[in-house]
Formats: sequence, C-alpha cells, structure tokens
Amino acid sequence: MSKNIKLISIVLFTLFSFFILLKGLDKSNMYSPNIQKSKIDFNFKSKYLFSEDEVFLNELLNNEGWSLINIWASWCLPCRDEHVFLLNLKSTYKLSIIGINYKDDEKNAKQFLSELGNPYTNIITDPKGINSIELGAFGVPETYLIDNKSKVIIKKFIGPLDDNSFVELTKIIQ
Amino acid sequence: MKNIKILFKLLIIFFFLQNYSWAETSGHVDKISKNLRCLICQGQSVYDSQSDFALSIKILIQNKIDEGKNDEQIYDFLKNKYGEWIVYDPEINKNTFLLWVLPLILFVFGGILILRKVSIR
Repeated sequence: MSKNIKLISIVLFTLFSFFILLKGLDKSNMYSPNIQKSKIDFNFKSKYLFSEDEVFLNELLNNEGWSLINIWASWCLPCRDEHVFLLNLKSTYKLSIIGINYKDDEKNAKQFLSELGNPYTNIITDPKGINSIELGAFGVPETYLIDNKSKVIIKKFIGPLDDNSFVELTKIIQ
Repeated sequence: MKNIKILFKLLIIFFFLQNYSWAETSGHVDKISKNLRCLICQGQSVYDSQSDFALSIKILIQNKIDEGKNDEQIYDFLKNKYGEWIVYDPEINKNTFLLWVLPLILFVFGGILILRKVSIR
C-alpha cells in the first residue's frame, strides 16, 4: 500500500515538474516590462542630429497633448518598415515626434531621411546607446507614447510599429 | 642626457599608472556586468554578450562608476529601468519567495529523511 503511494507521488511529482517545464517553454524568452505606464527621467542632455547644440529631452516635450519618442537608426532594417507609420502619424495627427538616432553615422542618417522622408519634429543623437538606457530601451526600433502633461510613458512599442500598433496608438491619441 | 633619462623613467611610470587605473576600473565594470542578465540575449550575462544592448550597459556602468556611484546604486538604477529580472541575484519578495525558500525546505526535508533512515538502522 505504502509502495503504491510512493509510486503515485513520484509519478505525480514528475508530471508536475514536466508541466512546469512545458509552461516555461511556452513563455517568450524576450523580456518585456510588465509596467506599461512608467515615469521616466527625461532630464538628460543630448546633442541634436546635424548640429553641435545640446538639449535636455524634457525641453522638447510640450506641456499638453501627446509626444512620440522613436528610437531609430539608418542601419536598422525594421526602422525602414515602420517609417511609413511615423510619416502618417505626423501628417494625419500632427503628433510631435522626437527621434533618437541610435549609434548611427550622421551621413547615413541624413541619407535615410532624404530617401524616406522626415517625420521628426526634433532629432537627438545617442552615439553610445546610453540615453536609450535612461528610457529603459532594449534596442532599435522602439517607440514610446508620452503624455506631455504628466511626463509619463503611456505605452511602449518594442520593435517596429505595424498595423496593430498603429491602430492602438491612434485609438489612444484620439 | 640625465634629464632625458629622468623624463623616460617618468614616462614609463605614467604609462603604468594609466594602465593600472584602466585595468582597475574595467575590472569593476566586469564585476558588475557579470551579475547582470543581457535582456535581449539568451542565457548570457551582460559581461559575456557583445550585443549593442550589453555594450551600452557596460559604458553606462563605467560612467556611473566615474560619477562616484557605488555598486548598489548602479544595480538600483538598472532595476528601476528594467525590473528585477536584469539582476542574477533576485531580492526576496513575494514573487521570488518560493525561489529562496524551496531549496531550504528541500534541504531540511532531505535531512529529516536521512536522519530517519539512519536512526531506523
């Protein structure tokens, strides 16, 4: 009798372990922060692209409405795909879009913008990738919707913008 | 000639001092980055990874050290940005409670089992 109980408990424990492992396999390995709304320190200085002048990021945010911060680079292929969405947001919704040019070459960035169009109200540079870390970024492209009044990130889009994220974005800002 | 020798010696000392301080600080960055998980790589620490993310984190750590921040402040800064997941050494809270307590429970349970077996013999 006790042998049976032992056997059943071993089988149950093994099944339980496998279940936990299976659950773990299902989970995406890419970490994304649980907190979508987060207050971020926008108080860091950065150089404008195509100029030697420096500016604090919070000086670029208005006091009302919405702003979009987009981290991009000319060498980043998905950035090309999402560019059309940024142009659309700029022309249709008159959204203020702040670009952060990530670890890029100025010449290539210029060519990228003249080829695809410039949706950005302002572009600042991040040659070492440190400013993006201040925003809690993982890489390029990433887009943050910011409530200008409270200076809070309302929504983070990790990866390129697509149809779904575009719809989600426009729903929030309308 | 004598002056040149002195100058040469000074240059050598200066060079070694430079090298020494560089090795010291980069060692410090290594120590911290070994405790950080590279969030966009699989199973690699920030120290091991050559991804853009990891390289930027290493530069940031160096900058924070230069600013005079201590290890705890640097870990806190990164935890604030990326959550508890970025450190390999998780704090005890309600989410990680089982992680910390389970090995202890298993250890005590195993000990009791062994003791019982020994005393039965």
